[in-house]
Amino acid sequence: MRLREAWLPLLLLAALGIAPLAGFAASYEMTLMARMMILAMAAVSLSFLVGGAGLASLGHAACLGVGAYAVVILDAHGITDALRVLPAAIGAASAFALLTGAIAIRTSGVHFIMITLAFGQMAFFTAASLSAYGGDDGTTLYSRTELAGTRLLENRLVFHYICLGALALTWAACAMLLASRFGRVLRAARENAQRVEAVGLAPYPFRLVGYVIAGGFGGVAGFLLANATEFVSPAILSWQRSGELLFMVILGGVGRLWGAILGALVFVLLETWLAELTPHWKIIFGPLLVVSVLLLRGGLSSLVAPRHG
Amino acid sequence: MTAQLLLVQVLNGLQLGILLFLVAAGLTLVFGVMDFINLAHGVQYMLGAYLGAWLAAAAGSFWWGLLLALPAALAAGLVLEVLVFRHLYARDHLSQVLATFGVILFLNEGVKLLWGASPLQVPIPPLLAGGIEIMPGLQYPIYRIAVLAAGIATAGGLWFLVDRTRAGMLVRAGATNAAMVSALGVDIGRLFTMVFAFGAMLAGFAGVLAGPIFSVEPGMGDNVLILAFVVIVIGGIGSIRGAFLAALLVGLIDTLGKSLMPDVMRLFLDASPARQTGAALASMLVYIAMAAILAFRPAGLFPVRAG
Amino acid sequence: MAEPLLRLADLRKHYGGLAVTDGVSLDVMPGEIHAVIGPNGAGKTTLIHEITGLVAPDSGQVVFAGRDITRLSRPARVRAGLARTFQITNVVAGFSALENVALAAQARVGSSFRFFRAATSEVALNEAALAVLAEVGLADRATVLAGALSHGEKRALEMAAALATRPRLLLLDEPLAGAGPEETARLIALLTRLKAAYTILLVEHDMQAVFALADRISVLVYGRIIATGTVAEIRGNAEVRAAYLGEDDA
Ligand SMILES: Nc1ncnc2c1ncn2[C@@H]1O[C@H](COP(=O)(O)OP(=O)(O)O)[C@@H](O)[C@H]1O
Ligand SMILES: [Mg+2]
Repeated sequence: MRLREAWLPLLLLAALGIAPLAGFAASYEMTLMARMMILAMAAVSLSFLVGGAGLASLGHAACLGVGAYAVVILDAHGITDALRVLPAAIGAASAFALLTGAIAIRTSGVHFIMITLAFGQMAFFTAASLSAYGGDDGTTLYSRTELAGTRLLENRLVFHYICLGALALTWAACAMLLASRFGRVLRAARENAQRVEAVGLAPYPFRLVGYVIAGGFGGVAGFLLANATEFVSPAILSWQRSGELLFMVILGGVGRLWGAILGALVFVLLETWLAELTPHWKIIFGPLLVVSVLLLRGGLSSLVAPRHG
Repeated sequence: MTAQLLLVQVLNGLQLGILLFLVAAGLTLVFGVMDFINLAHGVQYMLGAYLGAWLAAAAGSFWWGLLLALPAALAAGLVLEVLVFRHLYARDHLSQVLATFGVILFLNEGVKLLWGASPLQVPIPPLLAGGIEIMPGLQYPIYRIAVLAAGIATAGGLWFLVDRTRAGMLVRAGATNAAMVSALGVDIGRLFTMVFAFGAMLAGFAGVLAGPIFSVEPGMGDNVLILAFVVIVIGGIGSIRGAFLAALLVGLIDTLGKSLMPDVMRLFLDASPARQTGAALASMLVYIAMAAILAFRPAGLFPVRAG
Repeated sequence: MAEPLLRLADLRKHYGGLAVTDGVSLDVMPGEIHAVIGPNGAGKTTLIHEITGLVAPDSGQVVFAGRDITRLSRPARVRAGLARTFQITNVVAGFSALENVALAAQARVGSSFRFFRAATSEVALNEAALAVLAEVGLADRATVLAGALSHGEKRALEMAAALATRPRLLLLDEPLAGAGPEETARLIALLTRLKAAYTILLVEHDMQAVFALADRISVLVYGRIIATGTVAEIRGNAEVRAAYLGEDDA
């Protein structure tokens, strides 16, 4: 049972690894898969927060947005090498998480959901006011970030495996963090913060560090998203996007990191498929979302690998 | 900025605040009594606006539109409660956020399908057309004053209902301690449904009133929803009084910020960047206010629940 | 006479018009079991909360090992050597019994800001936790989820978590409440064993247990201490009999 469950995420990742070699190499397929993997990364880092630390953020897309904007802003100033752009994207997203988290984590429950939403909105309006970078309309990234002076990211296959690697790394890192001493404190505090205090630990700094780490991973996802779409607009950090990320986490199943990967894959597939059916696809998607929340309590991952007990 | 302009902005701010209060009142009651986050409350405001616009056009009179839209909004609230929301009361906040997010997607797209994506215009009723002189040489639209008055009257009625009637007492008791109320033998399920439908109607009422002022379009509820959340979080969840004061505060901050910020920025910056940073800062002001208030009072200004 | 390990000096706490702690002064001497008894609502739990920092007193002082801790944060008090159990059982239900105690052990040794190694594979932590579990008689239940333990076992687990912080003073809030006769006997045996090694402030309703375990007893009624003394003194105190023991409450 345990063993089988450990195989499932690896299977998912392997499928994504084989796909381009197994005939899914058309441009739109590669685009779709890149989107899946990048959103999955963001969803995994959000799942780390929600399922691991019990911090249900409704502003996680802001971290993505900060990372993505870091790419286009640096690009506009002639800084185009990933070795400098990526750390900057991670740094900016973590700094954003640190500043907003320091306040948000003082609250809990609904207040936390609302205050993260508010900070997300602040980031959104900031982005919309950046008229040098397109304001509301956003801005195009004319060439992808360079990798040590090469145009490697322009190569679709290379980009595919970079996204895959980043996703695998995010998942492994989040899983490792949750299993560590640090993660043990986070998990205990999610369930019972009073108990954590009763053994002599204050949950706040642990939660804040967790929040910053998740923000950093969100920044990486934003970096990749900007390069994948070669376009960045405020829509990337709208609260609807944060809601979608949360949905991926719940759809996959809270409490299982790899569930978020599954959730993201299903989400993107569903969205794409429905959008092909009708331009009014949200009229189907909305009720589907409601039904999945009502009926799929443990998320998709619990259908695939039911929990014992 | 002249004193006259300032007065107009203050009136506009109060009027936005009153509309926000009508939306936030239902939200905070639903939240306080049922511990239920309803993101779809904003689309109920939108639905009210559409129903009002549509019925007014069909009946040829704003007043008929208003009169018919209220029960229609109430009915829509009831349908949603029965179909979706009541199955979520016992679930965690996250599930509630997501399911009601799904309702938003559905209704935003639904009104697009029914009424098209372009905004509807709602004419101001002839009775309230034109302006009156509120200061020598200063005209202010009568309709906006009527909205202000209607909102304040509703707020007063709501205060009476919640503070002075038995149903209101149950609602307040429910906000403080739901378990106790059901222990008293009150049918909590019915109380919930009533509060819910009533809240939906208030939001719909706000939507109808907003019709002639703002454009009626898909997604118009989303921004109002977020602002209404800011209102109830600042005011203290479950508190009508808190919602009222916070709504006026948010309305004023938002409106005054948008008109004053660019000028304030002019003190530090050139004209063009001043306009931009000013506008950006103005959009953020309410969120900054909320973050600042929560930083010092994590449960809002008038917390209802102890601990 | 030795210095008290814990000294409460004129603690006061009001809820509205209700004086829940009304000028409480009390010493706990090193090595003793000091029991606090009193009817329901006397303010015993509130007193423990004030000592551990869950409730801030309006005035007065909490002095622990010569240090004023009245304004210290809750976790800092635990690190200073004050550990408690709660009247309402308080464990991490989703953790195994072992992990509950290992959490306390890791809080004590080294930093908890360690990110790389799986905590469950830290042998030193597991061994320390297992030793404490054995101390409270839960060694064979180590891998069971805390939420699945019996009520008495959860109480014992909470005590194990408290012991794993290596406290200088244990604050126990009605450790026997809600336990069946068999569990009670087992918990009393455990408390008797702990008595040899720890200083304990014990809030308890079970008079027989208190009379059997305590070195000294303070009687709290309506937020005031009406008497402090040895078991014999308290048994013989007419005021106590009238105010408390006469009641059916125990
Ligand atoms: N947070 C609070 N607000 C108001 N009253 C409280 C609060 N906590 C406790 N009380 C009251 O203080 C009194 C003492 O409670 P408590 O300390 O739990 O007593 P005990 O543990 O001795 O039974 C009770 O009357 C209780 O109702
Ligand atoms: Mg008690």
